[in-house]
Amino acid sequence: MITSAHFMVLSAVLFFIGAVGVVTRRNLIVIFMSVEIMLNAGNLAFVAIANRLGTIDGQTIVFFVMTVAAAEAAVGLAVIIAMFRNAETIKADELSSLRW
Amino acid sequence: MVDAAHATHVAQTAYAVEYLRFIVLAPLLGAVLNIAFGRRLPRAVVGTIACGAVLLAFVTSLRAFSAMPADGYLLDHAYQWFSAGGLNINLALVSDRLSALMCLIVTGVGFLIHVYSLGYMSHDPSLARYFAYLNLFSAAMLVLVLGENLVVMFVGWEGVGLCSYLLIGFWYEDPAKAAAGMKAFIVNRIGDAGFLLGTFALFWAMSDQGHASLSFADINAAAPALGTATATAAALLLFIGATGKSAQIPLYVWLPDAMAGPTPVSALIHAATMVTAGIYMVARLNGLYLEAPAVMKFIATIGAMTALFAATIAITQNDIKKVLAYSTVSQLGYMFLALGVGAFGAAIFHVMTHAFFKACLFLGAGSVIHAMSGEQDIRRMGGLRYIMPVTFATFFISTLAIAGVPGLAGFFSKDEILASVFAEGRLGLWAIGLLTAGMTAFYMMRLFVLTFMGEFRGEAHSYEHVHESPGSMAMPLVVLAFLAAVGGYLGVPHVLGGSNQIGQYLAPVVGLHELHLGGLVEFGLMASSIAIAGLGIWLALGIYMTSPGADENLSQMNSGVYRAAAGGYYVDNFYNLIFVKGAIRAGTVLWKRVDEAVIDRIANGTGTLVQELSARTRRWSTGNVSHYALTFLIGLLVLAAVLALKGLG
Amino acid sequence: MSPLIFYPVAAAAVLSALAVVTARSPVRSAMALVATLVSLAACFAMLQAHLVAALQIIVYAGAVMVLFLFVIMLLNLQDDPPETGRAGLRFGAGGVAVVLAGGFAKVLWEHSAGDGAVLAESFGTTKVVARSLFSDYLVPFELTSVLLLVAVVGAVVLARRDDAPGQD
Repeated sequence: MITSAHFMVLSAVLFFIGAVGVVTRRNLIVIFMSVEIMLNAGNLAFVAIANRLGTIDGQTIVFFVMTVAAAEAAVGLAVIIAMFRNAETIKADELSSLRW
Repeated sequence: MVDAAHATHVAQTAYAVEYLRFIVLAPLLGAVLNIAFGRRLPRAVVGTIACGAVLLAFVTSLRAFSAMPADGYLLDHAYQWFSAGGLNINLALVSDRLSALMCLIVTGVGFLIHVYSLGYMSHDPSLARYFAYLNLFSAAMLVLVLGENLVVMFVGWEGVGLCSYLLIGFWYEDPAKAAAGMKAFIVNRIGDAGFLLGTFALFWAMSDQGHASLSFADINAAAPALGTATATAAALLLFIGATGKSAQIPLYVWLPDAMAGPTPVSALIHAATMVTAGIYMVARLNGLYLEAPAVMKFIATIGAMTALFAATIAITQNDIKKVLAYSTVSQLGYMFLALGVGAFGAAIFHVMTHAFFKACLFLGAGSVIHAMSGEQDIRRMGGLRYIMPVTFATFFISTLAIAGVPGLAGFFSKDEILASVFAEGRLGLWAIGLLTAGMTAFYMMRLFVLTFMGEFRGEAHSYEHVHESPGSMAMPLVVLAFLAAVGGYLGVPHVLGGSNQIGQYLAPVVGLHELHLGGLVEFGLMASSIAIAGLGIWLALGIYMTSPGADENLSQMNSGVYRAAAGGYYVDNFYNLIFVKGAIRAGTVLWKRVDEAVIDRIANGTGTLVQELSARTRRWSTGNVSHYALTFLIGLLVLAAVLALKGLG
Repeated sequence: MSPLIFYPVAAAAVLSALAVVTARSPVRSAMALVATLVSLAACFAMLQAHLVAALQIIVYAGAVMVLFLFVIMLLNLQDDPPETGRAGLRFGAGGVAVVLAGGFAKVLWEHSAGDGAVLAESFGTTKVVARSLFSDYLVPFELTSVLLLVAVVGAVVLARRDDAPGQD
């Protein structure tokens, strides 16, 4: 029997896979995609909890998270384009001019 | 010998009035006007404002004096100033028999000196500033006198100190005069600290007694309940304040230097009014002081010592104003001697007569200095009696008055003090007082003779410029000389058929110090003081009439003692060595050893430490987002670990 | 919910997520991410979140991923070189992530074991979610529209060339 607990564990695993991606990758776009995985892991946890508690609020919040993710994707990708245009790179370790 | 008895304090009723405030506000307004607009106003208007303001205060004081109820006092309660805990401090003025009399002296003598200043300061470019300060001083002095409680009195106490500083250093272009002002201010600060501590002690003790009040009436009424130890501590601390303001040992040193100010200022502040603030304060708090017999003994001793000490210095001085300054210190000592034996009325009587003759003497001296174009050395004067008859006559009357010649003001008040001391059985102090009386007669007559008698000893061409002073200066001299002559008849003792009116008048406030000596003893005392005054005068006449340069021989014959006295017994040098140099040395040590060696090192060390730490921690700031993200993740791990160890609940 | 459906879906989600993180080519990462999102949509469906599942496909797998691919193409990115010289970072991150994932999984498992609530047949339908969205969450919902507007304007401003025509 599969319960919401199984989905919670899956959510935790996906979240930290995304986190490893954020830390280890150099490519800003891949980092960005890893962030999307983390967001979706969070969504999964919300939906699982809604299921477990029998309240709809968890699903409603996922709706908002998706909206914010969409907005973030639009702005974030625009930032990456602007950055690429100025620095000719989207490698995270080469973009360090804000150090001091 | 019978112990002097003190009349118990009669319960006093307060009668509310609303005009006492104008006594203070009139000169205050005058000061404000002259500060704000004085420089643009004609000189005549400036002088009129200043004199008019004080005249208004005098008239209002007269009204308060004549409205004095038989069984109480006048109270002008403006508003409650502040309230802290159980303590309510009211901005209230009280005109009882003591303060009404003082008000008359301050405004009356003050008015005469204002008028005199019109002539004396007529050539000074800063006339408006001068009159503004003088009016401000009057306002502060009247606040001091009329204040209903210690806090309001302290406002006036500080105010007169400030004005004294401003007026001593009035000619601030001269560094010596500015320094004299600062000396007066600093020495006064030492006393003021005592006054403040005394106020705190009284507040503390009064709160313990359940009625947190600092009004004089409450303090005097509650004094017996405070206990001897508390009363002694508070009274002693307040007396320290009095030694500062009234120039007693050990804080008298500022007064001779205060003569750097314009001479009318010396007359008003440093002879007639401000320096009597300490005496007034002790008399005001007589209920408290009577509960502290040890302090009373101390006051009497300090007073007698100061009287003698200053008199010996006065004999050796050659500056006309310095002689009068030391004479003032000496006379103030007399007043404290009277306070110390419980003869508060006698002290206030002497305050009054002293205000008359000393103001007259100072103004006379000012007249001489004015005529001599600033010359103050009596060795270069002489023979002025022909040119300055008014000054000569008034100075002569006042000299006789201070010397204690029978019939003149000083005789009655000084005699009452000496009789009171004798009646208390303080024969040692009485002897000192008597000796001082003789010395007073001697140095005053010396001053008079060297200034006015004999032949002119200055340079011939300066003699031609000498002139009698104008009317505005002569009028106050005449009025004051008249008062110096007749002022004593307010306190003619019973033994001479008088009724000691002033003592009777003040009795409801300060108690009556009855002598119980018996007529013969009183006559004997009187005769002894007449005799010693006569001796002093005779000696001075004998020596200085014939040889004005006698001091030269004296200083050669008895050089050590004479020079010590002439140098003020080197007290200034001593204070300079111990306190001033000591403070500088302590400051240097603190600067080098503490500030530079410790505090600077701590401050610089903090900077160096931060720099060193930053040099290490800046390596964490790589600018690489990945590293920041990892730090973030590690932070999450730490947070999770903490929560796991604490348990999730 | 049958284990027969759950475990394959979960395995697909984890494996495709790993592929996103490890793929050398950004295009491959993006395609793997699409697979992850679809797997998660299946999970949502299993949890009776039908509307959310549909939105996941339409908004994420559809719109957002197209945007990603579009940017990758626009920037004409090459394959990343093999990761070298950042072993500390990689192993540090991997170690911390494994520890944290294990800890979180354990805690979540222990705290949500047992049966959940009994759900109504209509749970997760458009009607029910919409009722919540337009009653309890009306104000946040309206604010979302402002957020999207700001994002659109921001994206245009950021991405536009400085010398683009029409600039002031």
